[in-house]
Amino acid sequence: MVSLIFGIQNSTLAVVAALTGVALVALALVIAGLISPKSYNPQKGEAYECGIPTRGASMAQFKVGYYLYAILFLMFDVETVFLYPWAVNVRSLGTDGLLCIAVFFGILVLGLAYAWRKGALEWK
Amino acid sequence: MYDLSKGADWLNQWLNGFCPAWLTVTIECVLIGVVLLLAYALLALFYIYFERKVCAAFQCRLGPNRVGPAGIFQSVADMFKILIKELISLKHTDKFLFALAPYLVIIASMLCFAVLPWGNGLQVIDFNIGIFFLVAVSSIGVLGILLAGWSSNNKFTLIGAIRSGAQMISYELSIGLSVITMVALAGSMSITDICMAQKDLWFIVSGHIPAIIAFIIYIIAGTAETNRGPFDLPEAESELTAGYHTEYSGIHFGFFYLAEYLNLFIVAGVATLLFFGGWMPLHIPGWDAFNHVMDFIPSVVWFIGKAIVLSFVIIWFKWTFPRLRIDQLLHLEWKYLLPINLANLVLMVIVICYGLHF
Repeated sequence: MVSLIFGIQNSTLAVVAALTGVALVALALVIAGLISPKSYNPQKGEAYECGIPTRGASMAQFKVGYYLYAILFLMFDVETVFLYPWAVNVRSLGTDGLLCIAVFFGILVLGLAYAWRKGALEWK
Repeated sequence: MYDLSKGADWLNQWLNGFCPAWLTVTIECVLIGVVLLLAYALLALFYIYFERKVCAAFQCRLGPNRVGPAGIFQSVADMFKILIKELISLKHTDKFLFALAPYLVIIASMLCFAVLPWGNGLQVIDFNIGIFFLVAVSSIGVLGILLAGWSSNNKFTLIGAIRSGAQMISYELSIGLSVITMVALAGSMSITDICMAQKDLWFIVSGHIPAIIAFIIYIIAGTAETNRGPFDLPEAESELTAGYHTEYSGIHFGFFYLAEYLNLFIVAGVATLLFFGGWMPLHIPGWDAFNHVMDFIPSVVWFIGKAIVLSFVIIWFKWTFPRLRIDQLLHLEWKYLLPINLANLVLMVIVICYGLHF
């Protein structure tokens, strides 16, 4: 059993850490709001691009290649999550466990090989 | 070795002596928050100074040397400068997401920061799935970066954010798999257990060849994860001005800057934890006198020292390798690191199952 700091629950401490992050941002913004100068100029509200007014929408559709990698990531990331419980028990499962996970691993590698063969890993 | 959790226990008892239980917990939570905040800010200031000095040394310059002795107060001065800059509110942005993005980036790095084992008994969050929690929360940062780029309504930020997203999610796979490799060796996901398993010998030595391969992959993927070094194309300044945080001004920009340096420390800290024994001193089996002398150095010094040496290596990459192109970057991950990593995991498991490790 691990000894907890001050005997407080881990989940409480995680919330405390997250709130600390929020406090850091909020405090710095309040301080900056109090001491920073403010001036208004209609030109200041424009996007910082190249000097001439922006043309067209900037929240636009984007190159499909990136989404392909995102989908591949989703597959492989979920599969790595499944590997964690096995990794913890490698010692006790031994060779049998290795053989069982080999099936799962084979599917994973086949998936990668398929994506590779299909050209999903090529940047076009 | 002095167990720092004894100090926390003593404080806890002292507070319980005259406070009701709810007040004690509140005081302790606030105390933890303040300590985290201070450590976060101080470390960020140190890292900004450290990187500037190291960069200067690589380029045969002096670096900051005017403010304070050897320029050590330069980053403090920069912090005040960034606080007194105007926060420009833009016309066409998505206001809510624009404001939300820095919070997500900072929260992600703060949660990772709290999980790191700072010393013997000096660790804020200690889940029994600690390293898994760390991998999970570190991916919140990607969301912040994507939101920042998307909500700014600027083409440069959009390109920067999408590039950064593709890069960070791709390299997260490599990080995850090398973490699994080391979890298999440690036999536990708890950060305390991983540290304790390296009591006699650090994993980089005891893990045989697969641990070394995992370390090399981890450090490459970690460099990419922090958007640094040869992988800094999300903010390639010659093409995208400043990438995803082009439209942020003043302290708003400062948050991204802060999180970037803290992520450098976190990547180095996790590498320290997984491969170089966390806060464990350098022990060589058989050299009892040497081990005893090493025990006198405080565990906090060991952890921070090892993390700083590793972050020096990551900064070194930046000044050694030219920037990669986006297709080269994705090919490196998907066609080289991922298959090597999968093979390495199998190799590690074979080494463990047949007792080939030291």
